[in-house]
Amino acid sequence: MSSPELYLETGSRLMWLLTAAWLLPLLGFLIEIFGGYWSSRTEKTPAYIAVGCIGTGFLLSVMALFTWVDAAKIDLWAFGESEAAAVTELEPGVAEQANGEHGDHEHGDEGHGDGHSEEHQQDVAHGGHDEAHAPNNPLKTAFAGTFYRLGKFGKLDITLDWYIDGLTVLMFVMVTLIATCIHIFAIGYMSDELTEKYEDHFVHTADGGHFHRVGRFYRFFAYLSLFCFSMLGLVLAGNIFQVFIFWELVGVCSYLLIGFYVERKTASTAANKAFIMNRVGDFGFLIGLMIIWTWFGVFQFAETNPETVGQSGLFQMVRTAEGELVTKGEGNEKLVVLQARQGMHQITDPANQGKPTIPYWLLVVAGLGIFAGCVGKSAQFPLQTWLPDAMEGPTPVSALVHSATMVAAGVYLVGRFYPMFTPEVLLVIAYAGCITLLVGATIAIVATDIKQVLAYSTISQLGYMMLALGVGGWLAGLFHLITHAFFKSLMFLCSGSVIHGCHHEQEMTKMGGLYKKMPITCWTMFIGVVAISGLAIPMSNFSRYGAVALSGYHSKDAIVASAMSFSSLNPLHSLLFFIPLITAGITAFYMFRMWFMTFFGKPKDQHVHDHAHESPRVMTIPLLILAFFAAFVAIGGEKGPLAVLISKTEPAHVGGGLENAGNIGLNFPSHDLIHDFHDDAGLVALLAALIGTLLAYVFYCLKAVDTDAMKNQFQGLHEFLREKWMFDQLYDWMWVKPVHVVSSWAVAFDTYVLNAFLHFLSRMVIGISAWDRKFDEAVVDRIVNVFGETTFSMGRSLRAVQTGKIRQYVTFIALSVVSLFVLLFIFLPR
Amino acid sequence: MEDIPVNMFLGVGAILFVCGVLCMTTKRNAIGILMGVELVLNGANINLVAFSNSNYGLLGIDGQIMSLFVIVLAAAEAAVALAIVLSFYNNHQTVDVDQASELQG
Repeated sequence: MSSPELYLETGSRLMWLLTAAWLLPLLGFLIEIFGGYWSSRTEKTPAYIAVGCIGTGFLLSVMALFTWVDAAKIDLWAFGESEAAAVTELEPGVAEQANGEHGDHEHGDEGHGDGHSEEHQQDVAHGGHDEAHAPNNPLKTAFAGTFYRLGKFGKLDITLDWYIDGLTVLMFVMVTLIATCIHIFAIGYMSDELTEKYEDHFVHTADGGHFHRVGRFYRFFAYLSLFCFSMLGLVLAGNIFQVFIFWELVGVCSYLLIGFYVERKTASTAANKAFIMNRVGDFGFLIGLMIIWTWFGVFQFAETNPETVGQSGLFQMVRTAEGELVTKGEGNEKLVVLQARQGMHQITDPANQGKPTIPYWLLVVAGLGIFAGCVGKSAQFPLQTWLPDAMEGPTPVSALVHSATMVAAGVYLVGRFYPMFTPEVLLVIAYAGCITLLVGATIAIVATDIKQVLAYSTISQLGYMMLALGVGGWLAGLFHLITHAFFKSLMFLCSGSVIHGCHHEQEMTKMGGLYKKMPITCWTMFIGVVAISGLAIPMSNFSRYGAVALSGYHSKDAIVASAMSFSSLNPLHSLLFFIPLITAGITAFYMFRMWFMTFFGKPKDQHVHDHAHESPRVMTIPLLILAFFAAFVAIGGEKGPLAVLISKTEPAHVGGGLENAGNIGLNFPSHDLIHDFHDDAGLVALLAALIGTLLAYVFYCLKAVDTDAMKNQFQGLHEFLREKWMFDQLYDWMWVKPVHVVSSWAVAFDTYVLNAFLHFLSRMVIGISAWDRKFDEAVVDRIVNVFGETTFSMGRSLRAVQTGKIRQYVTFIALSVVSLFVLLFIFLPR
Repeated sequence: MEDIPVNMFLGVGAILFVCGVLCMTTKRNAIGILMGVELVLNGANINLVAFSNSNYGLLGIDGQIMSLFVIVLAAAEAAVALAIVLSFYNNHQTVDVDQASELQG
């Protein structure tokens, strides 16, 4: 890197390549979902569009990878020699100076501070003296920028940013490659949806027959495209809030894909379970986000806009340039002092000379919160029960979403957010991973559905990755992430091929002897199984190329080495080494058990065996491609290209190890220490794997031991494992039943209190209206009637005067006249 | 001849009048009532004649002429009344005025 122009050019080229790769699947989604609905159901065009989008994305990602490698001048094979020579250095002073012009490539439209050039002159001086270790300045090993501001609410600034470093580019390549293979595979696997009348054998209508509907081929590919868009967006995200947005979006896509066969009750329930359990984890994620925003004031990982003067990103604030966490005080009042760049305008704390701080325990809580989200997404203990149920989705979904990408998002986030995690959080991560890997492996021993075995295997391997990240093996964890993605998706696709070939039979107890019928599937599966078991040809440690082994050996070797060195430094936590070691053996055992049960021995169901056939080329070619990568992606092991690429982006504080870190005084191993333990760890892990393989061979290939008799012998344990450690029942008792109880209280309250009140009110109204009527009739009417009756009776009385008797009339006349005259004479004056 | 006080004449006239009224009010027979009417009118006549005497009033000859008119009118009115009674008899076959109570209320 010799000039700021080259820096900028690299940055913008990477940004364009990866943004295009990210947005293409979204375009594909829009075309497929609308075009597919309005066109014929029997066309394969949606699939071609999807494959085209993601395939182009893959090519763009590969170009980005080459750009990155070239620009950073990595010698991919030099890792073993000297760290100083191999450390990636975009020249420090240049990087800072170039930052000033970096703003030109923004796509935001903010105004600019006039003084930004002065700020950066200071930074040039500031950044000049950090060469000993890979410094904790993300701008030395990453590019960051803003796409678009979504909204500014007071101090809360929500933007869409990007953050591109080696890890990003690597994840892009991995995700797009696997996604392309799976898209191609799905063209073959989902071909039975290319019809106007699809018969779903698992859904029964009221009259007992099977349910018929139109085919949903286009919808599947639309969802896959949307998922790819979300996943790539998550990887590209430059701030933790954006990660959350795409986190949720990935969860939604997973929900849609698991529940693809919507009418099946099991599928729709499983989709609900997955989404809701993810939400439980996201609750912790939100707490973490809230703490981060309150105390740090920003969400960005790194400074994205030099024009908003001095706005530092999270990684720059939490640790010094060397990666140290600066603390003050002791015990409950321990504060972490945030490293601010000059002129920053976040919360300032006058008690600390204007440098903002965050209480240490809050940083721990924030880390645990973010990790809680990862627990949900990556199916760690205690939120692991949704993943086996998620196998209700079609097999390509299981391969893409639930083995290689979505569940890897949690691990990716832990790796990305590593500088923010304190040692307490890392210990929790390690133990969560440890428990998970044990639980997953033990259940897989007794599972009989081929996809369930792979699902539990995924849970277990994700536990391995979390364990590795927790004990300080950042490289090992992410290394395993990449290799696992390849061999697990390979194995899922192979199982899909088996299921497809056996006409939707998923129980291994009905398979057997398939190797003659499906050779390609059998031997690609073998590659996957060997990779995950971590088998190798021992003692073949060529100095440059490592042991002769498939990819899984190298990554598992790295994990075991990290665990071993950690437990040597912290004997209290030795369990974190022994359990993964034993589980490595268990892994080999159940994987080979699966392979033997499926492909060897006498066919257990003759009908299934007779109709089994090898899958068409559109399905087997992706198997071959993935098998190639599963075998060779980690070639060279610790010194190979993949490991070198990952190690370049390692956070600064990991390489040198830590002593007496955090409030609990943990020691984290340095690279050198891990390296020392490497050979021993490799040997021990290999031994465990070989024992496991041997046991599986004896039990399931030679059939030297009767497995049914063993099952009866260990009835209790078998049942316990078969019931998945009773987790479903436990959660049912812990959460579902109380919810039912509370809801029945609500119903009772509603019926006996609210309804009673309403009925009372209505009865009162009726009573009042009845009284009103009585009043009306008795009082008001009576008054009116009185008038009428009075008049009537008066009239009747007056009628009596008219007797009709003439003599009476005459008498009256006479008397009236007389009285009239008398009155007249009295009162008239003379 | 000594002057007869005027009261005597008026008295006679009054007695006739009262008798006539009594007759009108108490007779059941319609003709009887008409007789009563005649008596009343004659009583009024006596009053008029009495006051035509220059000793008793200023009426002069007018009193006697008025009395002639009254007699004529009494005759006419009696004719009319008899006509009504005849018509009544034609409808009710009786001249009992107590039977003439059809206009009672």
